Amino acid sequence: MSQNQTTDAATQGADQFQAAGAYSAAGVTISGLHKSFGDNEVLKGIDMEVAPGEVVCLIGASGSGKSTLLRCVNRLENPNAGTITVGEHEATHPDVNLDAMRRQIGMVFQQFNLFPHLSVLENCTITPRRVLGQSKAEAEAEALAQLDTVGLKHLSDRRPDQLSGGQQQRVAIARALTMKPQLMLFDEPTSALDPETVGDVLASMRKLAEAGMTMLVVTHEMGFAREVADRVVFMDQGLVVEEGPATEVIGSPQQPRTQDFLRRVLNPLAE
Amino acid sequence: MAMTTRDRARVSLGIQAGIFLAVVIVLAVMVDWSAIRNSFFSIENLGPMFPEIITVGLFNTVKYTVVGFVFGLLGGTLLALMRMSSFPVYRWVATGYIEFFRGIPAILVFIALGFGASLAFGVNLSTLQIAGSALAIVASAYIAETLRAGLQAVPKGQIEAARALGMPAWRAMVTIQIPQAFRIVLPPLTNEAILLTKDSSLIFVVGMAGGAAELTKMGRDGINIYQAGLTPLVIAGFCYLLLTVPLSLLARRMEHRSPRTGKK
Repeated sequence: MSQNQTTDAATQGADQFQAAGAYSAAGVTISGLHKSFGDNEVLKGIDMEVAPGEVVCLIGASGSGKSTLLRCVNRLENPNAGTITVGEHEATHPDVNLDAMRRQIGMVFQQFNLFPHLSVLENCTITPRRVLGQSKAEAEAEALAQLDTVGLKHLSDRRPDQLSGGQQQRVAIARALTMKPQLMLFDEPTSALDPETVGDVLASMRKLAEAGMTMLVVTHEMGFAREVADRVVFMDQGLVVEEGPATEVIGSPQQPRTQDFLRRVLNPLAE
Repeated sequence: MAMTTRDRARVSLGIQAGIFLAVVIVLAVMVDWSAIRNSFFSIENLGPMFPEIITVGLFNTVKYTVVGFVFGLLGGTLLALMRMSSFPVYRWVATGYIEFFRGIPAILVFIALGFGASLAFGVNLSTLQIAGSALAIVASAYIAETLRAGLQAVPKGQIEAARALGMPAWRAMVTIQIPQAFRIVLPPLTNEAILLTKDSSLIFVVGMAGGAAELTKMGRDGINIYQAGLTPLVIAGFCYLLLTVPLSLLARRMEHRSPRTGKK
């Protein structure tokens, strides 16, 4: 790995992610998942499988329950019924050790949620140090390696508010990877970004996918879904309407609701 | 000829300046300057007030205020956590306390502690104990609300990000939420310190021995001791400003510095 890496473009090969720490990917199994907020039933019985190392994109209109489903997987939301297993963890078991489980699940948020009072490097080292008990040197070496893979090692001493949205989101990805997760959840990672910074974030995600990470991605980026996802799941009104290989679901959708959604997303001026 | 907006603004400003000048001239003519000078600014007899007004008065004011603030901060933290507790009894107790002590004049608390404590419990409290605890009791109510607002101003996404990384709830609070809340509450806490500095003067209703006298007490005593009108109180007032103006400047500086929160 190049030590004087200064390019801002995240265009290096997937091998760098593996060099920074090989992944033991975990799969996800979701069955009969229900979630309501008050009287509003957001998830109405979801069954889904994500194989270890698989990249699955969740697509659908806003309000279809995609983000809620994602947030149930690491229990930021508590489901009302149904079971979720992530690797060896049964996420919905009453006695599950949530903190131990979450350490193996990285999450990237729409609003980045970097810690604004800490530098980029500290954002990436605080949890390994405080939670995993790593030494400062150990945590910093790992953090710099992960920042390098997203092309931001040279910004490690900056504050988050000194970075562009796209840079912040790549730091958020690096921060999640320092915990050596076996599964990565992405909740609309590019929806809050300026268009010109979207590409670098997607490039980092693609590298991660190529390195063999299990990824569950809520996204409106149909190009990314088509090129990177092994499988695409279309959700509408709290249910999985259609799923399959990206080329099939996006290229030739079978269900009328999927067709309607994709027509509006891919060609917004048509109507 | 039509006046432009700028012309109109200029005329308006000129009229205001004229009125102001007229008021100043009238006041300057009407006022008895020598009486004012004798009552408030006859400083030539006040040499003996120094250095005690500083070494005793200012020192005791600072002492009472610091004790009140430190214990107010401790009590306020406890009350803020109780106020945000999921256990309703804690919330009710904290809410009742906060509403009660924010709603009554601080002087009542000084009187209650100064005279009531010895009547009710037969204990004789020192001046420091009365002033410190009265200030702490009142301050904790205000500080609790400030701290609660600060903790709740940290965006929810910050806690979620910390929890999603695998931090236990207490760790997320200590490492992520409290440091950010601290930056938010620093200016209002400084303002609270200013209010406390001034409220420490209320101890005069209880009375105190010479060595325990703070600024207001020494200023009032000075009226009787020196033939200088109310000038000793003016001196005491300036001593308060010596404390409060730097605090006020500090608070303003911290308000202008961009708070590093997760908000856009």
